[in-house]
Amino acid sequence: MASPGSGPTADVLSGTSTVVLTAAEGKAGSNFPPFDASTFAPQLVWLAITFGLLYLVMSRVALPRVASVLAERRERIQRDLAEAERLKAETDAALAAYEKALSDARGKAQGLAKGMRDKVASETDRERRRVDEANAVRLAETEARIADTKSKALANVDQLATDTASAIVERLIGHQVSSDDVRHAVSGPRPLTPA
Amino acid sequence: MAGPIEQFNVKTLMPLDFAGIDASFTNASAFMVAAVALASGFMYFAMRHRALVPGRLQSMAEVTYEFVASTVRDNIGEEGMKFFPLVFSLFMFVLLCNLLGMVPGGYTVTSQLVVTAALALLVIGIVIVYGVMQHGAGFLKLFVPDVPPILLPLMIPIEVISFLARPLTLSVRLFANMLAGHIALKIFAGFVASLLAAGAWGIISPLPLLLTTALTALEVLVAVLQAYVFAVLTSVYLNDAVHGAHH
Repeated sequence: MASPGSGPTADVLSGTSTVVLTAAEGKAGSNFPPFDASTFAPQLVWLAITFGLLYLVMSRVALPRVASVLAERRERIQRDLAEAERLKAETDAALAAYEKALSDARGKAQGLAKGMRDKVASETDRERRRVDEANAVRLAETEARIADTKSKALANVDQLATDTASAIVERLIGHQVSSDDVRHAVSGPRPLTPA
Repeated sequence: MAGPIEQFNVKTLMPLDFAGIDASFTNASAFMVAAVALASGFMYFAMRHRALVPGRLQSMAEVTYEFVASTVRDNIGEEGMKFFPLVFSLFMFVLLCNLLGMVPGGYTVTSQLVVTAALALLVIGIVIVYGVMQHGAGFLKLFVPDVPPILLPLMIPIEVISFLARPLTLSVRLFANMLAGHIALKIFAGFVASLLAAGAWGIISPLPLLLTTALTALEVLVAVLQAYVFAVLTSVYLNDAVHGAHH
């Protein structure tokens, strides 16, 4: 197994390297270093030392440290997610409470407004009725006063007409006529009597 | 100019002897130490703030963690997470050894069969030990597939052979990928130098240079991919140990 390893390489390389190779072959037990049994013992000893040390460092120190960091991070993420979930539920509850309060307030406001509207309407009605009644009374009073004044005025008109007529007649015929005659003549049509 | 095999030479930097065993500090050892230091340093510095919102470096560390963790979870399930540190260490070690090998002048630890074989045998050893611990003799049911009984004499040897091949394929796949990739890189890079030295032929030297550039990109991909493959196969094999024969 050693000869095919060195054979082709010797062919492809220049003469100097072949010389080096053969010199190395002469010195060592085998001409192919990986199969040189004299190097086995120190390699195995140092492999045991170094690999054993690596295993100790990894299993005792390095890997538990990584594991704890990873576990801590996983735990933290879990905790944060749970916290976020809780906060979201809280927000939802608050939102629902707000919505409910809002709709309650709206209903209450509507009720209040309706009550107020009804109250105002009834008060207005009452006021209107009162004013109407008062107006009706005053109207009746006024009407009565007008009727009274009218009849008074009409009576005055009769007197005025009688006075005026007697004055006119006196001027026309030159002497006085009895006021009774004049009154009769003014106040109503009657058959003419010869004067 | 160095030969394409020379980059795999294990050079002793500091001879050490530990209870009769040659424990010399070599260039391979140096890069193993560097890989472990980089992996540990990366994880340490990336996570030093333990930020809730990660920065770039911390994101990289976390992505790597999640990536390997999901590989383990997908293949073994939640009860496989006790093997997560092992799979993660294997992934980081292989990944950084592969990538450090891509640094010019670097040494590729995983291009040594003895290293990959040791890692593969570690995995298979854990599979066998944990499988027997969990299922006792029932672990052997792994070799009895759900087929008509008449086929069993044929199927059982096949299953046994495929199980025994696992450490072999696991180690050779990584080793061969790293070895072949670095040899190819070295050869094509060597062509550039040879052509430049060969007078008029130097005019075509950009061609192997382009190929070397493309190969470098490919090798970085292979370095990451092989680390991932190693981690996935480790998880798949560990699944047999955890869940036994019901597949």
